[in-house]
Amino acid sequence: MSAALTRSGVVAGALGGRGRAGRTARRWPAASVAVSLTLLALAVLAVLLSPVVSEQALAQDIMLARLPIGTPEHLLGTDELGRDVLLLSVAGSASSLVGPFCIALGSAVLGLLLGSLAGYHRGVTDAVIGRWSDLLLALPVVLVAIVVAGVFGGGYWWTVALLIVLFSASDIRIVRAAVTEQAALPYVESAQVLGLSSRRIMFGHILPNVLPLAVTNMLLNAAMAIVALSSLSFLGLGVAAGSADWGRQLADGRAIMADNPAALFAPALLIIAVACAINVVGDWLLPRLTIGGRR
Amino acid sequence: MLALRILGTLALLIVLSMLIFLLLYLAPGDLVKNLLGIRNTSPEMIAQVRAQYGLDLPLHEQYLAWLGGVVSGDFGTSIRNQTPVGALLLDRLGVTLLLSGLAFALAVVVAVPLGAASAFRQGGALDRGISGFSILGLSAPSFAVGLLLLYVFAVALRWFPIYGVGDGLADTLWHLMLPAATIAIGLGAILVKLTRTATLRELTSDYVTFARARGLTRAQVVRLVLRNAAIPVVTGAGLVLTFMVGSTVLVETVFALPGVGMLLQESVLFKDVPVVQALTLAIAAVIAVIALAVDLLYLLLDPRVRHRELAS
Repeated sequence: MSAALTRSGVVAGALGGRGRAGRTARRWPAASVAVSLTLLALAVLAVLLSPVVSEQALAQDIMLARLPIGTPEHLLGTDELGRDVLLLSVAGSASSLVGPFCIALGSAVLGLLLGSLAGYHRGVTDAVIGRWSDLLLALPVVLVAIVVAGVFGGGYWWTVALLIVLFSASDIRIVRAAVTEQAALPYVESAQVLGLSSRRIMFGHILPNVLPLAVTNMLLNAAMAIVALSSLSFLGLGVAAGSADWGRQLADGRAIMADNPAALFAPALLIIAVACAINVVGDWLLPRLTIGGRR
Repeated sequence: MLALRILGTLALLIVLSMLIFLLLYLAPGDLVKNLLGIRNTSPEMIAQVRAQYGLDLPLHEQYLAWLGGVVSGDFGTSIRNQTPVGALLLDRLGVTLLLSGLAFALAVVVAVPLGAASAFRQGGALDRGISGFSILGLSAPSFAVGLLLLYVFAVALRWFPIYGVGDGLADTLWHLMLPAATIAIGLGAILVKLTRTATLRELTSDYVTFARARGLTRAQVVRLVLRNAAIPVVTGAGLVLTFMVGSTVLVETVFALPGVGMLLQESVLFKDVPVVQALTLAIAAVIAVIALAVDLLYLLLDPRVRHRELAS
């Protein structure tokens, strides 16, 4: 693509989501960072508790269906099937958060691997990997995920694997750009003169310099993965009907929102809060990871 | 250069069309059974379907026949209700266009002035408030926001209808207001960020310092800054249209709006592959054309790029 016609860095950076290499971090007040970290700690706790409470959370009792918020013993009321909304939300944290975490981690690993190869070797490798990521980025992630997950079916972990591939495209681009920048620096040349293997230079010398960028991008991807995966489960894809999952709860809660709005509010606010908290922590971490604010 | 860019777009679309065509073959289960849907089958029906879809032809001939049909406006037949996909799509297009148009207009009208204002008063209360809001808009999934708005404004306050599209233009716009606002929140968050970053970059440029030193009035400086900041904002606004595609599917589902997004969701759940193929290809084409148009617009708007392009 011609250099003159590629969009300006401002557009690419501020657009976020895709190709966030040029993103500008905001400064968040210490209080909001503290709140976000607390929220994430609670979310981790909920994930750990999830296997313990899931049996009780999934227990159905039609006699107790649609109890309103504030009922004794069911603080947030119950859903259509008489399941306790609070317990269900805790149990659903595993399905709603573990998958996105794996998506972020997996796509970061894939991005570091392919992005390093493309950025260091250039040439044919670069062209092939570059076109591959172009193709993945040509359509919105959620759209491709809906179509592929819908047509192919497949369970939760297939959907996670699909999203890892789709999310990796932006990681590949970011890592490639950073590695290309690093590869031109004198330390790489001296390593080459010393006769080190290209694998050692790539993963022993360049990787540590690119890692901070990859880690912050991983956090931002985690927030987007929560949104993507819960969008799919809201549409009835990737998660079996009746299982504990925030997106699924929202789909079910829509039908009974007049009776018990908490069935809707609890999972909606949880998704929004966790995604926001991850983004705030990501912004807070970015300057701390890149040593001395160096880019 | 321009020809190369257009060729690139075409190549991308052709590769995508091949992948989309293969969806039918890669879908699990027996192809003929998939095409027949969940109806009872007889040997005659199977033979008819094989003939109708040309399944006995070699794969590349099938692809070419399918592509030829798509190019001439024949998108095939829906498995679910045996109607032409093209007619089905046209039937649903109006709602989606109106919804996206309204959402885009809302987002631009609110977000662009706010983004510019927050850049002029960087670090002020407005700027901090907008930063907080934009992280919410960027993080929150559209369907969750939509459901919250639906409960608060339609169920609890009863200001807006819960579902449906209404009759007549005014009523339709009223019905579409909540879903459009939902999409506009996500879209607006991106636009605010975009405008703020672009304006800040201009404000810290040398020419602004120079203009101030020359004694230009504040209004004159502001006009200079806004005109230059408009370039990335306009091209960026075009690009965020693609962001709307994903959220439109979800928001139409939340508000039970009979648009293209809802059609996609229904077809995916029913495994109505011909409809899914047609919709995906149509959306891919729209997105590719928008990206191309944005590049051309960039060329038109930025005199520096225009001169360089013409000179080369």
